Amino acid sequence: MSKPTKKEQRKIEIMDTALRLFSKEGFFAVTIADIAKELNMSVGNLYNYFSSKEALAKELIFYISKILGTKIREINMMDIKTKEKIEKIVEVYFNTAIERPELIDYFLRVYLSHKEIFKEGCEGMICVSPFVTEIMIFFEEGVRNSELRDQDFFTAFGLFMGYLGGMVYLKGEGMLPNDLKFYTRSISENIYRALKSED
Amino acid sequence: MKTKALWLQGVSCNGNSHSFLNYEGLRELLSKVEFLYHPLLPSRLRIEDLADFTEDIDILVIEGAIKKEGFLRGKKEFFRLFQKLKKKAKYIVAVGNCASFGGVFKEYEADLTGVGYSKGEKIADFENLINVPGCPAHPEWIGSVLSLLCEGCEPELDELSRPAEIYSYTVHAGCLRNEYFEWKVDSATFGSKEGCLFYQQGCQAPYTGGNCNKILWNGVSSKTRAGMPCIGCTEPGFPSRDLFKTKTYMGIPARMPKGVPKRAYLTLTGVAKSFKIDRLNNPLMPKGPGCEKEES
Repeated sequence: MSKPTKKEQRKIEIMDTALRLFSKEGFFAVTIADIAKELNMSVGNLYNYFSSKEALAKELIFYISKILGTKIREINMMDIKTKEKIEKIVEVYFNTAIERPELIDYFLRVYLSHKEIFKEGCEGMICVSPFVTEIMIFFEEGVRNSELRDQDFFTAFGLFMGYLGGMVYLKGEGMLPNDLKFYTRSISENIYRALKSED
Repeated sequence: MKTKALWLQGVSCNGNSHSFLNYEGLRELLSKVEFLYHPLLPSRLRIEDLADFTEDIDILVIEGAIKKEGFLRGKKEFFRLFQKLKKKAKYIVAVGNCASFGGVFKEYEADLTGVGYSKGEKIADFENLINVPGCPAHPEWIGSVLSLLCEGCEPELDELSRPAEIYSYTVHAGCLRNEYFEWKVDSATFGSKEGCLFYQQGCQAPYTGGNCNKILWNGVSSKTRAGMPCIGCTEPGFPSRDLFKTKTYMGIPARMPKGVPKRAYLTLTGVAKSFKIDRLNNPLMPKGPGCEKEES
Protein backbone atom coordinates (compact mmCIF):
# COMPACT_ATOMS: atom_id res chain seq x y z
CA MET A 1 0.00 0.00 0.00
CA SER A 2 1.36 3.47 -0.85
CA LYS A 3 2.21 5.87 1.98
CA PRO A 4 -0.66 8.22 2.81
CA THR A 5 -0.23 11.82 1.63
CA LYS A 6 0.00 14.64 4.14
CA LYS A 7 -3.67 15.45 3.57
CA GLU A 8 -4.72 11.82 4.00
CA GLN A 9 -2.61 11.62 7.15
CA ARG A 10 -4.35 14.70 8.53
CA LYS A 11 -7.73 13.20 7.67
CA ILE A 12 -6.85 10.08 9.65
CA GLU A 13 -5.82 12.26 12.62
CA ILE A 14 -9.19 14.02 12.49
CA MET A 15 -11.06 10.71 12.37
CA ASP A 16 -9.04 9.23 15.25
CA THR A 17 -9.62 12.35 17.37
CA ALA A 18 -13.35 12.40 16.55
CA LEU A 19 -13.70 8.73 17.52
CA ARG A 20 -11.94 9.34 20.81
CA LEU A 21 -14.15 12.33 21.64
CA PHE A 22 -17.36 10.57 20.57
CA SER A 23 -16.48 7.62 22.76
CA LYS A 24 -15.70 9.86 25.77
CA GLU A 25 -18.43 12.53 25.50
CA GLY A 26 -21.07 10.87 23.31
CA PHE A 27 -21.69 11.39 19.61
CA PHE A 28 -24.39 14.08 19.95
CA ALA A 29 -22.51 16.09 22.59
CA VAL A 30 -19.42 16.60 20.44
CA THR A 31 -19.41 19.33 17.79
CA ILE A 32 -17.16 19.92 14.81
CA ALA A 33 -15.75 22.89 16.77
CA ASP A 34 -14.79 20.56 19.65
CA ILE A 35 -12.92 18.27 17.29
CA ALA A 36 -11.15 21.22 15.64
CA LYS A 37 -10.16 22.62 19.03
CA GLU A 38 -8.72 19.29 20.16
CA LEU A 39 -6.61 19.25 16.99
CA ASN A 40 -5.53 22.88 17.25
CA MET A 41 -7.01 23.63 13.86
CA SER A 42 -9.64 26.10 12.74
CA VAL A 43 -13.22 24.98 12.17
CA GLY A 44 -13.00 26.31 8.61
CA ASN A 45 -9.96 24.18 7.94
CA LEU A 46 -11.68 21.07 9.31
CA TYR A 47 -14.55 21.64 6.91
CA ASN A 48 -11.99 21.32 4.10
CA TYR A 49 -11.74 17.69 5.12
CA PHE A 50 -15.34 16.90 6.03
CA SER A 51 -18.25 18.98 4.79
CA SER A 52 -20.41 18.21 7.85
CA LYS A 53 -20.56 16.13 11.00
CA GLU A 54 -22.83 13.74 9.11
CA ALA A 55 -20.27 13.32 6.34
CA LEU A 56 -17.63 12.64 8.99
CA ALA A 57 -19.94 10.12 10.69
CA LYS A 58 -20.33 8.17 7.43
CA GLU A 59 -16.66 8.23 6.62
CA LEU A 60 -15.86 6.99 10.12
CA ILE A 61 -17.87 3.83 9.71
CA PHE A 62 -16.10 3.09 6.43
CA TYR A 63 -12.76 3.81 8.14
CA ILE A 64 -13.51 1.35 10.97
CA SER A 65 -14.81 -1.24 8.55
CA LYS A 66 -11.58 -0.94 6.56
CA ILE A 67 -9.38 -1.37 9.65
CA LEU A 68 -11.24 -4.54 10.71
CA GLY A 69 -11.57 -5.77 7.09
CA THR A 70 -7.80 -5.48 6.55
CA LYS A 71 -7.11 -7.56 9.67
CA ILE A 72 -9.64 -10.24 8.70
CA ARG A 73 -8.25 -10.30 5.18
CA GLU A 74 -4.84 -11.19 6.63
CA ILE A 75 -6.48 -14.09 8.48
CA ASN A 76 -8.32 -15.19 5.33
CA MET A 77 -5.02 -15.36 3.48
CA MET A 78 -3.48 -17.69 6.10
CA ASP A 79 -3.14 -21.35 5.27
CA ILE A 80 -4.85 -22.59 8.44
CA LYS A 81 -8.04 -24.45 9.34
CA THR A 82 -11.33 -22.60 9.63
CA LYS A 83 -11.46 -23.42 13.34
CA GLU A 84 -8.19 -21.56 13.86
CA LYS A 85 -9.40 -18.68 11.71
CA ILE A 86 -12.44 -18.33 13.98
CA GLU A 87 -10.20 -17.97 17.00
CA LYS A 88 -8.03 -15.41 15.22
CA ILE A 89 -11.07 -13.35 14.16
CA VAL A 90 -12.37 -13.39 17.75
CA GLU A 91 -8.92 -12.31 18.94
CA VAL A 92 -8.78 -9.47 16.41
CA TYR A 93 -12.22 -8.25 17.41
CA PHE A 94 -11.55 -8.40 21.16
CA ASN A 95 -8.04 -6.91 20.83
CA THR A 96 -9.51 -4.03 18.86
CA ALA A 97 -12.15 -3.57 21.55
CA ILE A 98 -9.39 -3.51 24.21
CA GLU A 99 -6.75 -1.46 22.40
CA ARG A 100 -9.00 0.89 20.44
CA PRO A 101 -12.37 0.68 22.20
CA GLU A 102 -13.55 3.81 20.42
CA LEU A 103 -13.75 1.87 17.11
CA ILE A 104 -16.11 -0.86 18.31
CA ASP A 105 -17.92 1.63 20.51
CA TYR A 106 -18.71 3.80 17.51
CA PHE A 107 -19.86 0.82 15.51
CA LEU A 108 -22.20 -0.47 18.21
CA ARG A 109 -23.40 2.76 19.83
CA VAL A 110 -23.51 5.16 16.90
CA TYR A 111 -23.75 3.22 13.62
CA LEU A 112 -26.09 0.44 14.74
CA SER A 113 -28.11 2.62 17.10
CA HIS A 114 -28.65 5.72 14.94
CA LYS A 115 -29.43 4.49 11.46
CA GLU A 116 -31.13 7.80 10.67
CA ILE A 117 -27.68 9.42 10.34
CA PHE A 118 -26.57 6.82 7.83
CA LYS A 119 -29.71 6.29 5.79
CA GLU A 120 -28.41 8.29 2.82
CA GLY A 121 -24.97 7.36 1.59
CA CYS A 122 -24.54 4.33 3.83
CA GLU A 123 -27.44 2.24 2.54
CA GLY A 124 -27.28 -1.47 3.22
CA MET A 125 -23.70 -2.65 3.21
CA ILE A 126 -22.07 0.28 1.47
CA CYS A 127 -20.16 1.70 4.43
CA VAL A 128 -19.35 -1.66 6.01
CA SER A 129 -18.44 -3.39 2.76
CA PRO A 130 -14.69 -3.93 3.43
CA PHE A 131 -15.54 -5.77 6.66
CA VAL A 132 -18.58 -7.73 5.46
CA THR A 133 -16.80 -8.79 2.25
CA GLU A 134 -14.01 -10.43 4.26
CA ILE A 135 -16.51 -12.17 6.53
CA MET A 136 -18.30 -13.44 3.40
CA ILE A 137 -15.02 -14.81 2.05
CA PHE A 138 -14.27 -16.45 5.40
CA PHE A 139 -17.67 -18.21 5.39
CA GLU A 140 -17.55 -19.12 1.70
CA GLU A 141 -14.14 -20.75 2.03
CA GLY A 142 -15.16 -22.59 5.21
CA VAL A 143 -18.17 -24.12 3.45
CA ARG A 144 -16.18 -24.81 0.26
CA ASN A 145 -13.63 -26.76 2.36
CA SER A 146 -16.50 -28.66 4.03
CA GLU A 147 -15.45 -27.33 7.44
CA LEU A 148 -18.57 -25.22 7.91
CA ARG A 149 -22.23 -26.08 7.29
CA ASP A 150 -23.91 -24.53 4.26
CA GLN A 151 -26.67 -22.18 5.38
CA ASP A 152 -28.06 -18.70 4.84
CA PHE A 153 -25.27 -16.13 5.11
CA PHE A 154 -27.07 -13.81 7.51
CA THR A 155 -27.98 -16.52 10.02
CA ALA A 156 -24.28 -17.39 10.26
CA PHE A 157 -23.18 -13.74 10.18
CA GLY A 158 -25.63 -12.81 12.95
CA LEU A 159 -24.50 -15.69 15.11
CA PHE A 160 -20.81 -14.77 14.77
CA MET A 161 -20.88 -10.98 14.86
CA GLY A 162 -23.91 -10.61 17.10
CA TYR A 163 -22.17 -12.79 19.66
CA LEU A 164 -18.94 -10.75 19.57
CA GLY A 165 -20.77 -7.42 19.57
CA GLY A 166 -22.87 -8.58 22.51
CA MET A 167 -19.82 -9.53 24.57
CA VAL A 168 -18.10 -6.19 23.91
CA TYR A 169 -21.34 -4.41 24.80
CA LEU A 170 -21.58 -6.32 28.10
CA LYS A 171 -17.96 -5.45 28.84
CA GLY A 172 -18.66 -1.81 28.09
CA GLU A 173 -21.60 -1.90 30.52
CA GLY A 174 -19.29 -3.29 33.21
CA MET A 175 -21.23 -6.52 33.43
CA LEU A 176 -18.46 -9.01 32.64
CA PRO A 177 -16.49 -10.30 35.62
CA ASN A 178 -13.44 -11.04 33.46
CA ASP A 179 -11.35 -9.38 30.78
CA LEU A 180 -12.50 -10.02 27.21
CA LYS A 181 -9.39 -12.10 26.48
CA PHE A 182 -10.51 -14.55 29.15
CA TYR A 183 -13.44 -15.54 26.90
CA THR A 184 -11.64 -15.82 23.55
CA ARG A 185 -11.08 -19.58 23.62
CA SER A 186 -14.56 -20.61 24.82
CA ILE A 187 -16.38 -18.18 22.55
CA SER A 188 -14.34 -19.37 19.55
CA GLU A 189 -15.22 -22.95 20.45
CA ASN A 190 -18.92 -22.10 20.73
CA ILE A 191 -18.94 -20.31 17.38
CA TYR A 192 -17.13 -23.19 15.71
CA ARG A 193 -19.50 -25.78 17.18
CA ALA A 194 -22.53 -23.79 16.08
CA LEU A 195 -21.28 -23.38 12.50
CA LYS A 196 -19.28 -26.50 11.81
CA SER A 197 -20.18 -29.06 9.22
CA GLU A 198 -22.12 -32.03 10.53
CA ASP A 199 -20.11 -34.57 8.50
CA MET B 1 -10.03 -25.24 -57.13
CA LYS B 2 -12.40 -26.01 -54.29
CA THR B 3 -11.16 -26.68 -50.77
CA LYS B 4 -11.30 -30.39 -50.05
CA ALA B 5 -12.99 -31.33 -46.81
CA LEU B 6 -14.10 -34.52 -45.17
CA TRP B 7 -16.60 -34.77 -42.30
CA LEU B 8 -16.14 -37.81 -40.07
CA GLN B 9 -18.36 -38.71 -37.14
CA GLY B 10 -17.08 -40.29 -33.94
CA VAL B 11 -19.49 -41.04 -31.10
CA SER B 12 -22.10 -38.49 -32.02
CA CYS B 13 -25.79 -37.63 -31.89
CA ASN B 14 -25.66 -35.95 -35.32
CA GLY B 15 -26.49 -32.60 -33.71
CA ASN B 16 -23.63 -30.66 -35.26
CA SER B 17 -24.34 -32.04 -38.72
CA HIS B 18 -27.90 -30.79 -38.38
CA SER B 19 -26.73 -27.48 -36.99
CA PHE B 20 -24.43 -27.06 -39.98
CA LEU B 21 -27.38 -27.58 -42.36
CA ASN B 22 -28.93 -24.50 -40.76
CA TYR B 23 -25.98 -22.34 -41.79
CA GLU B 24 -27.40 -19.44 -43.78
CA GLY B 25 -24.31 -19.21 -45.95
CA LEU B 26 -24.25 -22.95 -46.71
CA ARG B 27 -24.92 -22.54 -50.45
CA GLU B 28 -22.10 -20.05 -50.81
CA LEU B 29 -19.76 -22.14 -48.68
CA LEU B 30 -20.46 -25.21 -50.81
CA SER B 31 -19.37 -23.24 -53.86
CA LYS B 32 -15.95 -22.96 -52.24
CA VAL B 33 -15.60 -26.27 -50.44
CA GLU B 34 -16.23 -29.83 -51.57
CA PHE B 35 -17.15 -32.35 -48.92
CA LEU B 36 -15.60 -35.54 -50.21
CA TYR B 37 -17.61 -37.24 -47.50
CA HIS B 38 -20.34 -35.88 -45.25
CA PRO B 39 -22.90 -38.03 -43.41
CA LEU B 40 -25.88 -35.92 -44.59
CA LEU B 41 -24.80 -33.89 -47.63
CA PRO B 42 -24.44 -35.49 -51.08
CA SER B 43 -20.77 -36.41 -51.45
CA ARG B 44 -18.42 -38.22 -53.80
CA LEU B 45 -17.40 -40.92 -51.33
CA ARG B 46 -19.33 -43.35 -49.21
CA ILE B 47 -18.25 -44.07 -45.63
CA GLU B 48 -17.05 -47.50 -46.79
CA ASP B 49 -14.66 -45.83 -49.26
CA LEU B 50 -12.70 -44.03 -46.55
CA ALA B 51 -10.66 -47.11 -45.58
CA ASP B 52 -8.87 -47.01 -48.95
CA PHE B 53 -8.81 -43.23 -49.30
CA THR B 54 -5.25 -41.88 -49.62
CA GLU B 55 -5.56 -38.30 -50.95
CA ASP B 56 -4.42 -35.21 -49.04
CA ILE B 57 -7.24 -33.00 -47.82
CA ASP B 58 -7.49 -29.43 -46.61
CA ILE B 59 -9.92 -29.83 -43.75
CA LEU B 60 -10.89 -32.84 -41.65
CA VAL B 61 -14.02 -32.09 -39.67
CA ILE B 62 -14.57 -34.35 -36.67
CA GLU B 63 -17.98 -34.51 -35.05
CA GLY B 64 -18.47 -36.60 -31.89
CA ALA B 65 -16.17 -38.02 -29.25
CA ILE B 66 -13.10 -40.15 -29.99
CA LYS B 67 -13.35 -43.81 -29.01
CA LYS B 68 -10.20 -45.86 -29.43
CA GLU B 69 -11.65 -49.34 -29.73
CA GLY B 70 -14.85 -51.11 -30.70
CA PHE B 71 -16.55 -48.30 -32.60
CA LEU B 72 -17.10 -48.92 -36.29
CA ARG B 73 -17.64 -46.53 -39.19
CA GLY B 74 -18.19 -48.17 -42.59
CA LYS B 75 -17.44 -51.50 -40.92
CA LYS B 76 -13.95 -50.27 -40.01
CA GLU B 77 -12.56 -49.11 -36.68
CA PHE B 78 -13.33 -45.40 -36.44
CA PHE B 79 -10.07 -44.70 -34.60
CA ARG B 80 -7.97 -46.16 -37.41
CA LEU B 81 -9.80 -44.03 -39.98
CA PHE B 82 -9.27 -41.00 -37.80
CA GLN B 83 -5.55 -41.75 -37.30
CA LYS B 84 -5.07 -42.10 -41.03
CA LEU B 85 -7.11 -39.09 -42.10
CA LYS B 86 -5.66 -36.66 -39.53
CA LYS B 87 -2.22 -37.16 -41.10
CA LYS B 88 -3.64 -36.24 -44.48
CA ALA B 89 -5.36 -33.06 -43.31
CA LYS B 90 -3.99 -29.54 -43.30
CA TYR B 91 -6.50 -28.55 -40.59
CA ILE B 92 -8.57 -30.54 -38.13
CA VAL B 93 -11.80 -28.85 -37.07
CA ALA B 94 -13.47 -30.45 -34.04
CA VAL B 95 -17.12 -29.41 -34.09
CA GLY B 96 -19.28 -29.70 -30.99
CA ASN B 97 -18.35 -30.25 -27.37
CA CYS B 98 -17.88 -34.03 -27.79
CA ALA B 99 -15.23 -33.67 -30.51
CA SER B 100 -13.61 -30.80 -28.61
CA PHE B 101 -13.55 -32.12 -25.04
CA GLY B 102 -15.47 -35.42 -24.81
CA GLY B 103 -18.83 -33.81 -24.07
CA VAL B 104 -22.02 -35.59 -23.12
CA PHE B 105 -20.89 -39.05 -24.26
CA LYS B 106 -17.87 -38.91 -21.98
CA GLU B 107 -20.27 -38.80 -19.03
CA TYR B 108 -21.32 -42.34 -19.93
CA GLU B 109 -17.94 -43.68 -20.99
CA ALA B 110 -15.02 -42.00 -19.25
CA ASP B 111 -12.41 -43.25 -21.76
CA LEU B 112 -13.91 -41.15 -24.55
CA THR B 113 -12.08 -37.93 -25.36
CA GLY B 114 -12.13 -35.01 -27.72
CA VAL B 115 -9.65 -34.81 -30.60
CA GLY B 116 -7.01 -32.89 -28.66
CA TYR B 117 -8.50 -32.55 -25.18
CA SER B 118 -10.09 -34.70 -22.52
CA LYS B 119 -12.32 -32.25 -20.64
CA GLY B 120 -9.86 -29.35 -20.17
CA GLU B 121 -6.70 -31.46 -20.28
CA LYS B 122 -4.61 -31.36 -23.43
CA ILE B 123 -3.94 -34.94 -24.61
CA ALA B 124 -2.42 -34.36 -28.04
CA ASP B 125 -0.31 -31.60 -29.45
CA PHE B 126 -1.99 -30.71 -32.72
CA GLU B 127 -0.78 -27.48 -34.24
CA ASN B 128 -3.54 -27.60 -36.83
CA LEU B 129 -6.51 -28.22 -34.49
CA ILE B 130 -9.39 -25.78 -34.21
CA ASN B 131 -12.03 -26.55 -31.59
CA VAL B 132 -15.55 -25.30 -32.27
CA PRO B 133 -17.39 -26.50 -29.15
CA GLY B 134 -21.09 -26.13 -28.45
CA CYS B 135 -23.99 -28.52 -28.00
CA PRO B 136 -24.46 -28.17 -30.83
CA ALA B 137 -21.99 -25.64 -32.19
CA HIS B 138 -23.84 -22.66 -33.63
CA PRO B 139 -24.21 -22.98 -37.45
CA GLU B 140 -22.47 -19.63 -37.85
CA TRP B 141 -19.45 -20.83 -35.85
CA ILE B 142 -18.95 -23.92 -38.02
CA GLY B 143 -19.67 -22.03 -41.24
CA SER B 144 -17.50 -19.03 -40.47
CA VAL B 145 -14.49 -21.15 -39.42
CA LEU B 146 -14.73 -23.27 -42.58
CA SER B 147 -15.14 -20.12 -44.73
CA LEU B 148 -12.09 -18.54 -43.14
CA LEU B 149 -9.98 -21.64 -43.81
CA CYS B 150 -11.25 -21.72 -47.41
CA GLU B 151 -9.92 -18.16 -47.77
CA GLY B 152 -6.52 -19.33 -46.54
CA CYS B 153 -6.86 -17.49 -43.23
CA GLU B 154 -6.38 -18.98 -39.79
CA PRO B 155 -8.44 -17.80 -36.82
CA GLU B 156 -6.64 -16.62 -33.69
CA LEU B 157 -7.16 -19.29 -31.05
CA ASP B 158 -7.60 -19.13 -27.28
CA GLU B 159 -5.95 -21.43 -24.71
CA LEU B 160 -8.47 -24.20 -25.54
CA SER B 161 -7.79 -23.99 -29.29
CA ARG B 162 -11.10 -22.18 -29.88
CA PRO B 163 -11.42 -19.21 -32.24
CA ALA B 164 -10.96 -16.20 -29.96
CA GLU B 165 -13.32 -14.06 -31.99
CA ILE B 166 -16.18 -16.37 -31.05
CA TYR B 167 -15.24 -17.68 -27.62
CA SER B 168 -13.46 -14.87 -25.83
CA TYR B 169 -16.77 -13.12 -25.22
CA THR B 170 -18.93 -14.67 -22.55
CA VAL B 171 -22.52 -15.67 -23.31
CA HIS B 172 -23.40 -13.03 -20.71
CA ALA B 173 -22.44 -10.34 -23.27
CA GLY B 174 -25.62 -9.44 -25.08
CA CYS B 175 -27.95 -11.01 -22.52
CA LEU B 176 -31.08 -8.91 -22.18
CA ARG B 177 -31.15 -9.62 -18.45
CA ASN B 178 -27.95 -7.73 -17.70
CA GLU B 179 -29.81 -4.97 -15.87
CA TYR B 180 -31.11 -7.61 -13.44
CA PHE B 181 -27.60 -9.04 -13.09
CA GLU B 182 -26.19 -5.61 -12.26
CA TRP B 183 -28.73 -4.99 -9.53
CA LYS B 184 -28.83 -8.60 -8.32
CA VAL B 185 -32.50 -9.18 -8.98
CA ASP B 186 -33.15 -12.92 -9.26
CA SER B 187 -35.52 -14.71 -11.53
CA ALA B 188 -37.40 -16.85 -9.05
CA THR B 189 -39.06 -19.08 -11.63
CA PHE B 190 -37.87 -20.99 -14.64
CA GLY B 191 -38.98 -19.54 -17.97
CA SER B 192 -39.69 -16.07 -16.61
CA LYS B 193 -38.81 -13.18 -18.90
CA GLU B 194 -37.67 -10.98 -16.05
CA GLY B 195 -34.88 -11.36 -13.52
CA CYS B 196 -31.38 -12.75 -13.73
CA LEU B 197 -30.90 -16.51 -14.06
CA PHE B 198 -27.41 -16.53 -12.49
CA TYR B 199 -28.35 -16.51 -8.80
CA GLN B 200 -30.84 -19.35 -8.58
CA GLN B 201 -31.44 -20.95 -11.96
CA GLY B 202 -27.89 -22.14 -12.63
CA CYS B 203 -27.08 -19.82 -15.55
CA GLN B 204 -23.43 -20.30 -16.60
CA ALA B 205 -23.34 -17.39 -19.07
CA PRO B 206 -20.98 -15.19 -16.99
CA TYR B 207 -18.20 -17.78 -17.28
CA THR B 208 -19.01 -19.48 -20.58
CA GLY B 209 -17.31 -18.45 -23.80
CA GLY B 210 -19.51 -17.83 -26.84
CA ASN B 211 -21.26 -15.10 -28.75
CA CYS B 212 -24.70 -16.75 -28.98
CA ASN B 213 -26.40 -13.84 -27.20
CA LYS B 214 -24.95 -11.50 -29.81
CA ILE B 215 -25.66 -13.42 -33.01
CA LEU B 216 -28.66 -15.37 -31.62
CA TRP B 217 -29.96 -18.73 -32.81
CA ASN B 218 -31.72 -18.62 -36.17
CA GLY B 219 -31.25 -14.87 -35.80
CA VAL B 220 -34.18 -14.88 -33.39
CA SER B 221 -33.49 -15.90 -29.80
CA SER B 222 -31.16 -17.44 -27.27
CA LYS B 223 -31.53 -19.62 -24.21
CA THR B 224 -31.40 -16.75 -21.74
CA ARG B 225 -33.80 -14.65 -23.79
CA ALA B 226 -36.30 -17.47 -23.68
CA GLY B 227 -35.91 -17.95 -19.91
CA MET B 228 -33.56 -20.92 -20.00
CA PRO B 229 -30.20 -20.65 -18.23
CA CYS B 230 -27.01 -21.04 -20.25
CA ILE B 231 -25.73 -24.58 -19.61
CA GLY B 232 -22.09 -23.87 -20.48
CA CYS B 233 -21.96 -26.08 -23.58
CA THR B 234 -18.82 -24.50 -25.03
CA GLU B 235 -16.67 -25.20 -21.98
CA PRO B 236 -14.60 -28.30 -21.15
CA GLY B 237 -16.55 -28.99 -17.95
CA PHE B 238 -19.81 -29.48 -19.88
CA PRO B 239 -22.16 -31.03 -18.92
CA SER B 240 -22.09 -30.15 -15.26
CA ARG B 241 -24.52 -31.69 -12.75
CA ASP B 242 -27.58 -29.87 -11.43
CA LEU B 243 -27.77 -27.69 -14.53
CA PHE B 244 -30.73 -25.66 -13.29
CA LYS B 245 -29.47 -24.83 -9.85
CA THR B 246 -26.74 -22.36 -8.92
CA LYS B 247 -24.22 -23.98 -6.60
CA THR B 248 -23.56 -21.65 -3.70
CA TYR B 249 -21.50 -21.69 -0.54
CA MET B 250 -23.42 -19.86 2.15
CA GLY B 251 -25.36 -17.96 -0.49
CA ILE B 252 -22.27 -16.96 -2.48
CA PRO B 253 -22.03 -18.35 -6.04
CA ALA B 254 -19.41 -21.12 -6.17
CA ARG B 255 -18.11 -19.80 -9.51
CA MET B 256 -17.38 -16.17 -10.17
CA PRO B 257 -17.95 -14.43 -13.51
CA LYS B 258 -14.94 -15.07 -15.78
CA GLY B 259 -11.84 -13.19 -14.66
CA VAL B 260 -13.56 -11.43 -11.75
CA PRO B 261 -11.81 -11.87 -8.36
CA LYS B 262 -14.07 -12.96 -5.51
CA ARG B 263 -13.38 -9.83 -3.44
CA ALA B 264 -14.21 -7.55 -6.35
CA TYR B 265 -17.43 -9.44 -7.06
CA LEU B 266 -18.57 -9.48 -3.42
CA THR B 267 -17.79 -5.80 -2.93
CA LEU B 268 -19.78 -4.85 -6.00
CA THR B 269 -22.72 -7.14 -5.25
CA GLY B 270 -22.81 -5.91 -1.64
CA VAL B 271 -23.21 -2.36 -2.91
CA ALA B 272 -25.76 -3.31 -5.60
CA LYS B 273 -27.84 -5.27 -3.08
CA SER B 274 -27.92 -2.25 -0.78
CA PHE B 275 -30.34 -0.56 -3.16
CA LYS B 276 -33.75 -1.76 -4.20
CA ILE B 277 -34.59 -0.70 -7.72
CA ASP B 278 -38.37 -0.73 -7.88
CA ARG B 279 -38.58 -0.88 -11.66
CA LEU B 280 -36.64 -4.14 -11.66
CA ASN B 281 -38.11 -5.65 -8.51
CA ASN B 282 -41.70 -5.21 -9.61
CA PRO B 283 -42.94 -7.22 -12.61
CA LEU B 284 -42.78 -5.24 -15.85
CA MET B 285 -45.79 -7.15 -17.13
CA PRO B 286 -47.84 -8.12 -14.06
CA LYS B 287 -50.58 -9.63 -16.23
CA GLY B 288 -48.22 -11.41 -18.60
CA PRO B 289 -47.41 -10.47 -22.22
CA GLY B 290 -51.11 -10.59 -23.18
CA CYS B 291 -51.90 -13.89 -24.85
CA GLU B 292 -52.15 -16.25 -21.87
CA LYS B 293 -55.32 -18.31 -21.89
CA GLU B 294 -56.77 -19.85 -18.81
CA GLU B 295 -56.66 -23.60 -18.86
CA SER B 296 -60.12 -25.13 -19.01
